[in-house]
Amino acid sequence: MTSIILFAPLIGAILCGFGWKLIGETAAQWVATGLLFLACFLSWIVFLSFDGQTQHIPILEFIQSGSLSVDWAIRLDRLTAIMLIVVTTVSALVHLYSFGYMAHDPQWEEGEIYKPRFFAYLSFFTFAMLALVTSDNLVQMFFGWEGVGVASYLLIGFYWKKPSANAAAMKAFIVNRVGDFGFALGIFGLFYLTDSVVMDDVFAAAPALAETQLRFLWTDWNAANLLGFLLFVGAMGKSAQLFLHTWLPDAMEGPTPVSALIHAATMVTAGVFLVCRMSPLYEYAPEATAFITFLGAATAFFAATVGLVQNDIKRVIAYSTCSQLGYMFVAAGVGVYSAAMFHLFTHAFFKAMLFLGAGSVIHAMHHEQDMRNYGALRKKIPYTFWAMMIGTLAITGVGIPLTTIGFAGFLSKDAIIESAYAGTAGGFAFWALVIAALFTSFYSWRLMFLTFYGKARGDKHTHDHAHESPKVMLIPLGVLALGAVFSGMIWYGSFFGDHNQVNRFFGIPTHHAEATDHAAEEGHATEAAAADTHGAEGDHAATMAEADHGAEAEMQHGTAPVGAIFMHPDNHVMDEAHHAPKWVKVSPFIAMVIGLVFAYWFYIVNPALPKKLAENQRPLYLFLLNKWYFDEAYEFLFVRPAKFLGAFLWKRGDGNVIDGSINGIAMGIIPFFTRLAGRAQSGYLFHYAFAMVIGIAVLVTWMTISGGAE
Amino acid sequence: MISADISTVLPEIVLAVYAMIALIAAVYTGKDKTAGLLVWVTAAVFVIVGLWVGTSGNGTQTAFGGAFVEDAFARFAKVVILLSAAAVLVMGQEFMAKRDLLRFEYPILVTLAAVGMMMMVSAGDLMALYMGLELQSLALYVVASLRRDSAKSTEAGLKYFVLGALSSGLLLYGASLTYGYAGTTLFSGIIEAATGEHGLSIGLLFGLVFMITGLAFKVSAVPFHMWTPDVYEGSPTPVTAFFATAPKMAAMGLFARLVHDAFGAATADWGQVIALLSVLSMFLGSVAAIGQRNIKRLMAYSSIAHMGFALMGLAAGTAGGVQAMLIYMTIYVAMNIGVFAFILSMERDGRPVTDIDALNMYSKSEPLKALAMLVLLFSLAGVPPLVGFFGKFYVLKAAVDAGMSWLAVAGVVASVIGAFYYLRVVFFMYFGEETDATLDRSSNVVLWGFLMLSAFVMVAGVVNLFGVEGLAAAAADTLVN
Repeated sequence: MTSIILFAPLIGAILCGFGWKLIGETAAQWVATGLLFLACFLSWIVFLSFDGQTQHIPILEFIQSGSLSVDWAIRLDRLTAIMLIVVTTVSALVHLYSFGYMAHDPQWEEGEIYKPRFFAYLSFFTFAMLALVTSDNLVQMFFGWEGVGVASYLLIGFYWKKPSANAAAMKAFIVNRVGDFGFALGIFGLFYLTDSVVMDDVFAAAPALAETQLRFLWTDWNAANLLGFLLFVGAMGKSAQLFLHTWLPDAMEGPTPVSALIHAATMVTAGVFLVCRMSPLYEYAPEATAFITFLGAATAFFAATVGLVQNDIKRVIAYSTCSQLGYMFVAAGVGVYSAAMFHLFTHAFFKAMLFLGAGSVIHAMHHEQDMRNYGALRKKIPYTFWAMMIGTLAITGVGIPLTTIGFAGFLSKDAIIESAYAGTAGGFAFWALVIAALFTSFYSWRLMFLTFYGKARGDKHTHDHAHESPKVMLIPLGVLALGAVFSGMIWYGSFFGDHNQVNRFFGIPTHHAEATDHAAEEGHATEAAAADTHGAEGDHAATMAEADHGAEAEMQHGTAPVGAIFMHPDNHVMDEAHHAPKWVKVSPFIAMVIGLVFAYWFYIVNPALPKKLAENQRPLYLFLLNKWYFDEAYEFLFVRPAKFLGAFLWKRGDGNVIDGSINGIAMGIIPFFTRLAGRAQSGYLFHYAFAMVIGIAVLVTWMTISGGAE
Repeated sequence: MISADISTVLPEIVLAVYAMIALIAAVYTGKDKTAGLLVWVTAAVFVIVGLWVGTSGNGTQTAFGGAFVEDAFARFAKVVILLSAAAVLVMGQEFMAKRDLLRFEYPILVTLAAVGMMMMVSAGDLMALYMGLELQSLALYVVASLRRDSAKSTEAGLKYFVLGALSSGLLLYGASLTYGYAGTTLFSGIIEAATGEHGLSIGLLFGLVFMITGLAFKVSAVPFHMWTPDVYEGSPTPVTAFFATAPKMAAMGLFARLVHDAFGAATADWGQVIALLSVLSMFLGSVAAIGQRNIKRLMAYSSIAHMGFALMGLAAGTAGGVQAMLIYMTIYVAMNIGVFAFILSMERDGRPVTDIDALNMYSKSEPLKALAMLVLLFSLAGVPPLVGFFGKFYVLKAAVDAGMSWLAVAGVVASVIGAFYYLRVVFFMYFGEETDATLDRSSNVVLWGFLMLSAFVMVAGVVNLFGVEGLAAAAADTLVN
């Protein structure tokens, strides 16, 4: 069944992309969409009937080379099941939505065929994303990782007639290269140390990795920390975390359904998925996870501040995505992977809905994206308004404090903030997230108020013709709205309930009861492993094997941990989060209310205030408006030197040196010798004989001198 | 033991007797009128003897006290020599008949040359070596000046003769030095003298270098190549085709036999000399050919460069090197037959044309022949996946395996330079300027057949080189041990 889920989108992409000339444009679109709904349907069956036991479903032999053995196999566990429904559901709905949104795109002239291409790309993206989440080994995951990168590139640059879209596509691709380089290095490192890229082998070796030193860049590092960090660099690129986030806002140049699917719900969460997937490794990499926590919190805060002042409706949501991804990384960083997955899951629904809602608004407003030209649209597009309202309630985290009743975002975000409090003892990450929650509330309500309330601004003609979107666009909004409202409440217990519930959901055998004597054995095993490490220095593989033998104690050693995610027996963050003080649990709600009040005050009560504030605090306003000047700094630090170097190597290196020398030899030196040889061929017999005599004289002399004879 | 000796050299005797009978018969019957028939009969005899030699013998036999050696190496070389000579004879028949050049002596002289060549590759003694060489050379001097009323042809013959005499003198000088220091003319005796406790004495060394010089002249290796372009250009084209094929194979075979059978212990000594000749030949052949507009001169330089590559295999001094050389020479001969079949068919208004400008836009008028020529030229240039590439591949591999990477690198560089003039001909045929002076549409079926066959071989041979690889390996193993 999972094979069908995996390959249905690929078949759809091929049929739609290459076969539309045979079966017609509309039929091709329906084929792709139909296959995705099939995949979606099967995914839900898999998810609901899944019993928590990890399954390996082999498909084909992929690479056999020396000790590198990579099979194409599906790893089906709870993480995969969650990602399956997230990806296929959002993708299927986006396919459907695209029928309406892409119907009459002003980018294309009459008669130009672009829809099959768009649907084929969407389906191809879905296939690559599924390949990523179902992968049983790191090479396969890297395939999916790059596949979604390609699809993202193609879709961001879908409006290839717009130079800005092309530039954004290239930017996304190049920035992701940086992250992928780290990811690839991480895979290489894991293969180097564990001699395998299969997840189970890597997980089994994780405790030993924590005892291993690895030399990299002239420094000795703890292997687990270094590899965890390198893998996270990959995650940073894909999930647009701070420093590698610059591509995500620009990626909004793509059509809005693409933004909803790729740049909100699925691809950008691949990094979070990676960290959760590698949880057995990260549990042994305390410094790497500390870094993840810090960077996630910083991203959440940074993106939220930038989101405050953006005017493009899609960019606001993009920064919101960036910020929410930071939340997820904080949860993963403090070791509550289930909370990270929970937020990933709920976020997919409400963020996709916000994007699709924004798309609906843009559609209604004839592709106007500036919120300053919106206003008072509530009555004109009521369904869209209500969908956006639900999305906003979900993202800002509206619910009843201290209960588990509320919109999806309320439950998952609060779970993360509590975890952050427990995991960092009320440190930076916690406060950054709470303040980010305040900002989130502010900019989300600002979006709502600017778009749907107040007076109509901008072009009057556009406003007069604003119309509600067709059914194919509203149905996906409705379905996603259900998810945004209920998904948090339904699955709260599974993701973030008590220990046993979560363990059962993720297929982790219960070991909490025996935590005490377990810890003793743990210490013993570590000693044994450490001794072996000293015994066999240099030979990592041997160290690994011996460490495995030395620690006979428990499943953490020698075999991969059972279950989709792994929490070290000493990792009690989730339990502590449940016992966090009341004020901590209420804090995000308070932050949300403050944000709402400020937004209401700024944009409904006193609409002149924002402008005044921006003038008063001009440097701060510009700083935020220009996204902390990241793009400018990168332009100066990387882009210009790289361009200079490229131009230098091209014009001087290639043009002058290589072409110059080749041309010089081919057009100057060789013809010279040709003329010389022609002149030597005089036709006179005595010249020829003379050449022979010279030749033999040289040969005899050389042979005599070179010591042929003794 | 005389009967055993006779039976060992029987193919050579048969050919020699055939040549004499044919001479007598032609003189007493229709003289030049029989020439056409004689060409075909001679070619048939070549093919029959070739098949006989190729299929009958096995193992190694020696005759006349070791002066004549009949082994797998000799058989391999003889088959290539005889078959290529037969092909070239048949190809030139119509060309010569049309221009009133077809003398009945021509096939007979070629037969005598073939006997000499067979003698060369079977030589096991310095005297047998010289005898074979001179028998071949004298016949070739004469056919070079076959067109007696043409100044160019006679000039070619004379030049060839004078320089050939000089090289023979050098060779003889080397042979006498060798005899003087080894005390014997038998290769088996020379190798014993050379492997003595003092290694190669200075006299033997001088003898070796002089003999290498003499043979280098025959294979037209630089700097003993100067006769080649003039003789190739001056001789009638069928004769040029003959020069470019069988004698080259024979001289290469003799070269390999001399250095391995007689001086096999001093591989390092002659290896560097041959390597030097190889590099010089490859570069000069490639560079000088660029300036040529006459396709016959161009092919002369091309053959110089190709000999350089073949010598590279020889310079390795290993069985693999000899195998590579044999493969290279076989492929070279096969390619040259096709190319000369094409050159023979180049005519305008019934007159032979040798200027490559005449090939402008040839692909328009005769696309199939142009395509075959393209394949052959690519193969000559060594473009993969054509067979010519594999020839180069084997010699380069042999050089690398023997630790002569610098030689292999030089070979690659030279082949890049050499690719230019082959590709220029292709360029003319496919992208040249339109001219009204197009070539005649040739109706010669024989030439057409050889051209197509050769081109086909260049493509189809990539599968297994028609088994030549294994045969060459067996031949090389008997020589080097």
